[in-house]
This record gives sequence, structure tokens and C-alpha cells, in this order.
Amino acid sequence: MIDCPFTRRDLLRRGLVGGAALSLPGLLAACGGDGGIEGQAGQTESGEETTAERKLAQQLVFANWTFYIDVNEKTKKRPTLEKFTRETGVKVRYVEEVNDNEEWFGKYQAQLKAGDDIGRDIVVLTDWMAARMIRLGYVQKKDKEAIPNEQNLNPALASPGWDPSRDYSLPWQSGLTGIAFNKKTIGRVTTVDQLLTDPKLKGKVTMLSEMPDTMGVLIAAQGDDPTKVTDDAFDKAIGTLQEAVDSGQIRRFTGNDYAEDLATGNVWACLAWSGDIAAGIKNPSIDFTVIDTGSHLWTDNMLIPNGGDVFTASTYMNYVYDPAVAAEIAAYVYYITPVEGTEERIAEFDESAVGNELIFPTEETLGKTFIFDAEASDNPDYKEKFQAVIGA
Amino acid sequence: MHFLHRHRGLVPYLLLAPGLAWLALFFLVPMYYLGYTSLQTGDLFSGYAFSWAWENYSDAFSLYRGHFARSLQYAGLATLFALLISYPLAYWIAFRGGRWKNLLLLLVIAPFFVTYLIRTLAWKTILADQGFVLDVLRTLHLVGEDGRLLATTTAVVAGITYNYLPFMALPLYVSLEQVDRRLVEAAEDLYASGTKAFLRVTLPLSVPGIFAGTLLTFIPAAGDFINAELLGTPRQQMIGNVIQSRFKEVADYPQAAALSFVLIAGLLVAVLAYTRAVGSERATQGTVA
Repeated sequence: MIDCPFTRRDLLRRGLVGGAALSLPGLLAACGGDGGIEGQAGQTESGEETTAERKLAQQLVFANWTFYIDVNEKTKKRPTLEKFTRETGVKVRYVEEVNDNEEWFGKYQAQLKAGDDIGRDIVVLTDWMAARMIRLGYVQKKDKEAIPNEQNLNPALASPGWDPSRDYSLPWQSGLTGIAFNKKTIGRVTTVDQLLTDPKLKGKVTMLSEMPDTMGVLIAAQGDDPTKVTDDAFDKAIGTLQEAVDSGQIRRFTGNDYAEDLATGNVWACLAWSGDIAAGIKNPSIDFTVIDTGSHLWTDNMLIPNGGDVFTASTYMNYVYDPAVAAEIAAYVYYITPVEGTEERIAEFDESAVGNELIFPTEETLGKTFIFDAEASDNPDYKEKFQAVIGA
Repeated sequence: MHFLHRHRGLVPYLLLAPGLAWLALFFLVPMYYLGYTSLQTGDLFSGYAFSWAWENYSDAFSLYRGHFARSLQYAGLATLFALLISYPLAYWIAFRGGRWKNLLLLLVIAPFFVTYLIRTLAWKTILADQGFVLDVLRTLHLVGEDGRLLATTTAVVAGITYNYLPFMALPLYVSLEQVDRRLVEAAEDLYASGTKAFLRVTLPLSVPGIFAGTLLTFIPAAGDFINAELLGTPRQQMIGNVIQSRFKEVADYPQAAALSFVLIAGLLVAVLAYTRAVGSERATQGTVA
């Protein structure tokens, strides 16, 4: 533990991103990834077990969100997936079937509950849903021996509360929830307060229908801790939101479709996801800012559903944790990559991505972010209250 | 064949069997599960268990009365507008369409070749805050400078009206097409004015079309949620949105099932009342007043 190789930068990031103070437990947790593996006897056993049957499957079925992997615009093929097939002989069936965490879960829940194979080797789900899948026992442990590249994982992401030593999950991409605004029509909008109360923005504001995004940002803005949500803080933020809905300030609650409203001028300012704006809404007057009171840093994670081939899936995870591969993906999706060393390689794929704040956030930016309380994300009472405010 | 000869009375039932089996499998069984789910309690993690939880129904009424009322109101308005738009359209095609009839009918259905979602999204473009429709209305001072169409009740009702218009127009066309022209001529021979002939002959004969059209529009419109979601604000959400959110977001399956049942029951009552008001004979056959 003592020779845990963290740098000052990692340390800072961890402390700031996690919203945790730089306390001794925090320091120890920074090394938790490594310590965890050695400390678990059971892991070695199951490791041997998998060694016995370590054989790659013929096909890997990978369920992901739309626009979330590199695509060659001309050939419409996916270069990193093709390269994986060339290197390993494993064909990849890539399905863009996740539009919404709950929707995906609803689609497969009956099968997962019955213990059926859902025919997916990897699925990418957001933190809180990943936590739910693990809690319900719907996913399998990774084959860590097949993933030496996991050492490239950004230490800030190494031990979330719901999977402290990343036994089951591995981040795919992260992103920031901040404010996007139209410079021409409204000028800079930088605070949550302005979004909710500026009369010039009446009916021109949208918020996100993903509860952790909207509520996290509101709770942070009122000075409470979004990493550990209390009932009082939640209710206070719900009250604020309800007022903004009743007054007609908030036009809609959206998913990705805010991008279109923003580009066409129906909406002047909104909560938005960094990658959407970084990848370029085709309108030069649209800009994005991290929120000073706190932007939500979320992560989507690769998981191996029950029935999926663990070794093949783990081999793929190892492949994408090679900085060269991660760089090629990052150069297309423009979200925050969890793989260290990507920044050094990205120029090979996209010169303009070098130094892009939204892909490689500085420590200052990360200092303004928080990770929303995963338990609160899945609290039925909170969800119900939030749904009531967004109209249903 | 011997069997059928001896039991001739069974023939109609045998002929009905495929249809009945279909209904049993795809209507009764799901309804049973829906009813069963609606009386459960529990949550996602501990599972759901059957417990005669009638409170799901009382909650459905007390918590979502507003959404039910709004759904019926929007569906009612949309049905009315669809009728006002479709009737002249169907009338014109049936009586004046001539050799263009088939083409005109095809044009009525044409939007159906595009998926429902895309059609609704198109309305977002049409009604956009910077769109030409709003520009024109602003120039004419029909809408204030910072007024808007999108994300209003008007937009939601307009969207529903548009999306279900063919369901109204087609039955109307069929019943108008079947009107015996000689009856209209006879009325005119007896010195009825054009208006009077229409009111006393054509209109009553087209009642079955109106009846079928209004039902085919009203029922799905009352359960619609796409229009409210894409064209409305949180204050325009309908009962369909609530059911969707209960089911998908909150994973409160029992409440979602109870709400669905209340909606089904409410619609059944409304349809029965409507049928009685129109008179079942007129509703299906149409008679000259």
C-alpha cells in the first residue's frame, strides 16, 4: 500500500472529484484498486477457474448507447472494433440499443430476473444503474487477469462506493453536466439560479429528465452535498424546481433532444452534457460552461450481464484500455476518457481535440464537479417526487 | 365430416374458434396479468407480491385526477377538430372526387407511411419559436412578440388532431360513399334546399361514419403520450405519460397497471354512454331522419 504509485495530480483529482476531503482514508482508498485484488482470496480461486477455460468466444455482443464509439464517416465502419477482430479473431456484434438506463433495464429485466441469457456480453450503463445491476446480481465479475491495462484507469474512478474495487465494472466514458447557452440571444448563462429565475429566459429553459443530473446540480447550487443527499436537501431542491415549472420558466425536461431545441433557437439555455456540445452542435453561438456551484460528473460503465462470456468481454475491456485505442474512441465521441495516457496519443487521431477542456478537463474544472449519490439515484421516493415535478 | 353432420350446431363455434383463441391469448391473458399486477405491492429490489392492494386504485384517482381530466379534455378537443376538418374533406372526396378518389384517399393516408414519432417531430419544426408559422402570426399580431406555439396546450391538441386525422377521415369517407345518391335527389325533387337535403338525408346517413371515426380517434388519443411529451411542457402531461413514467422510470408496476385499468374502465363507460346517446341502431346502420 505504501508504494502505491499515485502522483500529486491523481491525488488532487481523487479528492476533488470524489467530493471527499483529503483525509487518510481517502488516500488509502486511492490505492484501493490494487490492494483490493490481492486482498481477496476468492478472486484468485475464481481466477484459476477461468484460466482453465480461457478460450475466446467467436463473437462478442456489445450493447452501447448511440454515437458512443468511433465511426469512420466515409465507410460507416467502426475502426477500433474492426481492429479488435483482426487482433483476436473475435467478431463483434455492436448494438446501439441503450437510449435510456431505465428503458434498457425494463426491456431485459424479466429475462435477467429469470436467470436467462440475454445474449449480451457487454452492456454500458450509468453509475447508478450499474449499481442496481450489481445489487440485483444480474452481472458477473470481470476476469481481472485478462485486463492488465486496467492499471491505466484514472485513479479518480477506481473505487466507486457501489463497486469499491471495480470487480464488476469498468468505466467506458465520463461526462460533465453543465449549462449550455446561446451567446447571441441571451449571452452567458453561468448559474443555476439564472436558469431558474431570469425572466428573460422564461419558457426558454430545459432541464434533463435524468434525475441525478438535474437534482444533483440543484442540490449543489443550494449549498448542500449532492454526494450524500439528505431528505431535507432533496425536498428543498424539489420545491425550487416545482416553482420554476409552475411559473413556466422551464419549458421541458429532455434527454439528448435538448440539442436540437438549442440549435434551432427554441431553447436559449439548458442543462447539457459536455460531449454533445464538445462534439459540436452546428451552431457557433452555442457555448457550454461548467457550473461554479457544482457540475455533475457521471460515468457510464461496461458490465458483463449474466450469461455473457467473461473472458471475451474482459479481453475487449483490456483492449479499450490501451491508450492508443482509447484515444481513437475519444477523438470521435468527445467525452472524458477514463484511460490515462490518452491525451498524449490523441493528436494522432484528432489535432483539435488536444487541450479541449471538455475532453481533458483541468484540475480546476474537475474541482467544480461532484459524483451524485448513487443510492439517492435509485431511491424510489426521490424518483417519484422528481417524476411528479416533471409532469408525470 | 360425419362429426360435423351430426353436430351441425357446433359449426359457428368452430369457425369462431381462431378468433376467440386470438382474443383469449392476446387480450384476456394480458388483461388478467394486468389486473393481477395492479393489486400487488412491493418494489424493484424486494420484489412484488400480490396483496389485494386496492389502494393502488384509490391512489390512481386521488393522485392523478388532473391527468385523467386533461387527457379526456385534450382527446375530446382533438376528436372534435378532427371531425370538423375530416367531414368536409371526406364529403368532397366521396361526392366530388370523381376519378381522383383513390389518389385523394392515398394522400389522406400518406402521412401514415412516415412513423408516428417522425410525424410528431415534424410539428416541432413547423411550430418552432423561430419558424415561419410563428413569424406569420407575429406579423399579423395574432401572437405577441414573445408568444409561442410550441410547448403549449395548442401544440399538443394540434399534434393529436393531426396524428389521428386519418382514423376519422376514412370511416367518414366509407359511410358517405355508401349514401344512396337517389335519396338526395329525391329530397331535392321534393323542394328541399341543398342545406336541408344535407341535414335531413346525407348527415343522418353518415352517422355510422361519425360514430366509428370519433371512437377510433378518441380512444387512442386519450391514451396518447408522445404528443404531450414532445410538444408540451410538464403542465401538459397526460395520463399516458404518467403510466409510462410509473412503469419505466419509477418501476412502480402495480400503480402503472392500476392506472391502465382505470383508463380502460373510464373509456368503456364513456363509449357506452356515447353509444346510448347516439342510439345503437343509428350508430351502426344510419337512418334517414
